[in-house]
Amino acid sequence: MIELNYYLVLSALLFSIGVIGVLTRRNAIIIFMCIELMLNAVNLSLVAFSSFLGSESGQIFVFFVMTVAAAEAAVGLAIVISLYRNKETLDIDKINILKW
Amino acid sequence: MVIPMQNYFLLITVLPLLGFLINVIFGKKINSEKFSGWLSSIFVFIPFLIGIKAMFEIMSLPEDGRRIVFNYFTWISAGKLTVNYSYLIDPLSVVMVLVVTGIGFLIHVYSIGYMHGDEGYARFFSYLNLFIFAMLHLVIADNFLLVFLGWEGVGLCSYLLIGFWYEKNFTGDAAKKAFIVNRIGDFGFLSAMFFIFTYFGTLEISGFLGQIAGYPVNNALLVAIALFFFLGATGKSAQIPLYVWLPDAMAGPTPVSALIHAATMVTAGIYLIARTSLLYVLAPYATNIVLIIGIATAIISATIAVKQNDIKKILAYSTVSQLGFMFIALGTMSFVAAIFHLVTHAFFKALMFLGSGSVIHGMHEEQDIRNMGGLKDKMKITYITFLIGAFAISGIPPLSGFFSKDEILYKTFINAGFLPYILVLITAGFTAFYMFRLVGLTFFGKPRYDANHVHPHESPKTMTVPLMILAVLSAIGGFIGLPHVMGFNVLEHWLEPVFKNSYALLNLHHPETEHSSMVEWLLMLVSVLIAAAAIIFSFRKYSKQEKFEDEKGFGKVLENKYYVDEAYEKTVVNPIFRSSESFFWKIFDVKIIDGFVNGIAASLSRFSIDWKKLQTGVVQDYAALAITGIIGVILYFLFA
Repeated sequence: MIELNYYLVLSALLFSIGVIGVLTRRNAIIIFMCIELMLNAVNLSLVAFSSFLGSESGQIFVFFVMTVAAAEAAVGLAIVISLYRNKETLDIDKINILKW
Repeated sequence: MVIPMQNYFLLITVLPLLGFLINVIFGKKINSEKFSGWLSSIFVFIPFLIGIKAMFEIMSLPEDGRRIVFNYFTWISAGKLTVNYSYLIDPLSVVMVLVVTGIGFLIHVYSIGYMHGDEGYARFFSYLNLFIFAMLHLVIADNFLLVFLGWEGVGLCSYLLIGFWYEKNFTGDAAKKAFIVNRIGDFGFLSAMFFIFTYFGTLEISGFLGQIAGYPVNNALLVAIALFFFLGATGKSAQIPLYVWLPDAMAGPTPVSALIHAATMVTAGIYLIARTSLLYVLAPYATNIVLIIGIATAIISATIAVKQNDIKKILAYSTVSQLGFMFIALGTMSFVAAIFHLVTHAFFKALMFLGSGSVIHGMHEEQDIRNMGGLKDKMKITYITFLIGAFAISGIPPLSGFFSKDEILYKTFINAGFLPYILVLITAGFTAFYMFRLVGLTFFGKPRYDANHVHPHESPKTMTVPLMILAVLSAIGGFIGLPHVMGFNVLEHWLEPVFKNSYALLNLHHPETEHSSMVEWLLMLVSVLIAAAAIIFSFRKYSKQEKFEDEKGFGKVLENKYYVDEAYEKTVVNPIFRSSESFFWKIFDVKIIDGFVNGIAASLSRFSIDWKKLQTGVVQDYAALAITGIIGVILYFLFA
């Protein structure tokens, strides 16, 4: 039996890796994957809590998160594709029109 | 099932508003003169019936309790200020409602014929209905703010209707003049309201009058309020120094002159002072000023009317002069006499304006009486009804003007003294004189118009029937206010509950001196003789006149209205105009106001030059900031 804390530490690590990836990487697809990583880090802790507390609601919640993540992946990848068609690049340093 | 009066009484103002909305929104689409005209007329006639019902309703109450307040909703509630949307029915407001809706209805019907073929037909009737709506608010509102709503509303309608034929340049100027001059009066009304609210904490009329009852006579505050209200009254009711707009207001269609600028709106000032009569009883200083202004206006405008040649201008100056008579009555604290003259004047002045409209209509828009003459055979009904009106205003018994004017003369004699009486008497003589100059030149003598091109004809029935009704009213209307020596004064008895407090207070300070009925009979005889002499003299002089020479000497001064307009132009209008252009526009507005506004914008943009660099446009920077914030919040909850 593995203790709950291990799961939580792993989840926190995965989440931090995701955050650092989002903040530091320049390729839009990698940033996108890092976001997925963050989502799944949260899923992991939810499942762990569900099992620890003997309650199903955590697992149900995870299903919802996965559904939304799938939808988000579809939209996100579509945005990435249209970005590439317009700009011929996925380097987000070059996609900075959102300013004065 | 009996519907409570509170419910349907609201219709009295809702219907004219509805008529306005229907005509203004659908009038042009429906494009039917019959529909627009009759709809508006009916929506004024029903309020008239409601007014009659209200009259019977309060007649059934005991005399002391003849006062119904319908409180519909709270209009404004802010801090100490609470203004209710409430209507007051008492004998005075009933009289005003009946005059406004009754004469208003007749003039609506008349307009159906008069405005026939005009492009703005529906627009015209929508304005008329809007006017009735506003005027009814003025006379039935229970607090000063609601009165002011009506007060401004009628001013707006007056502006819209004077400038009704806006393609002509001078109508626009006349409309603007009326509006701006009235604005000066409104300043007085507003100031009075500010004083009342500051010192009495209410805007309710009865509440205010109840509070001042205990004040000493000529208290400075009351005198100030009375004078400010009077300033408002001089604007709306065309008294010196603000009367100049009314003669110019004749640029509007003639029914408008009859309804707004003769019979109803211009009496708003008289109504206001009569409504606050207690205030004027307590502030005799102000009331004396009312008297002086009234006399001056009456005599000055009556003399101007003597030398005018435009048929409507004569009637306009006559209106100013008659309004002066009403202020004389108010100035001698004979409030009933003022209201009485208001009513009879509404009858015969509406009659004569409509008659002049009929003449203008028949003469193909000719307004100069020097180019008329001999119309009595061509326009029989117009001639006879106009003659009745002219006799009524001149004060020939037993027509209505005789009784009301005589009441004012009598009250002036006993309350104000001999000199004012003589001045008023002379003015009454002038009235008869200029009226019969008008009658003589218009209806008698040989035709002076080009008979080949102009074929005077009688007007259609929708125009002549209102004339006949008004002629009957002008003839018999005086019997509601018989002098005491002749019988019972119905109007005085009817209005007694309204002015009871005022008269009680008045008698406390100046006990009424008894005069023998001989004096009253004698005064009556004198005024009739003077009027008759003026009529005969004037008629002899003008009914046969054919040649017109340019006026010389004093006549020229009168023809040019004492050069008052020119004087105002030089002393008021031009300085304002010049200082506006050279200082207020080019220096104050451009440099100071614009400079201030632009300066704020410029300094802000200089300030933000450095700060705007925070917006990099890179999503990751924003995300980093967001995460820093989240970490900050988490740390706060962990350790704080």
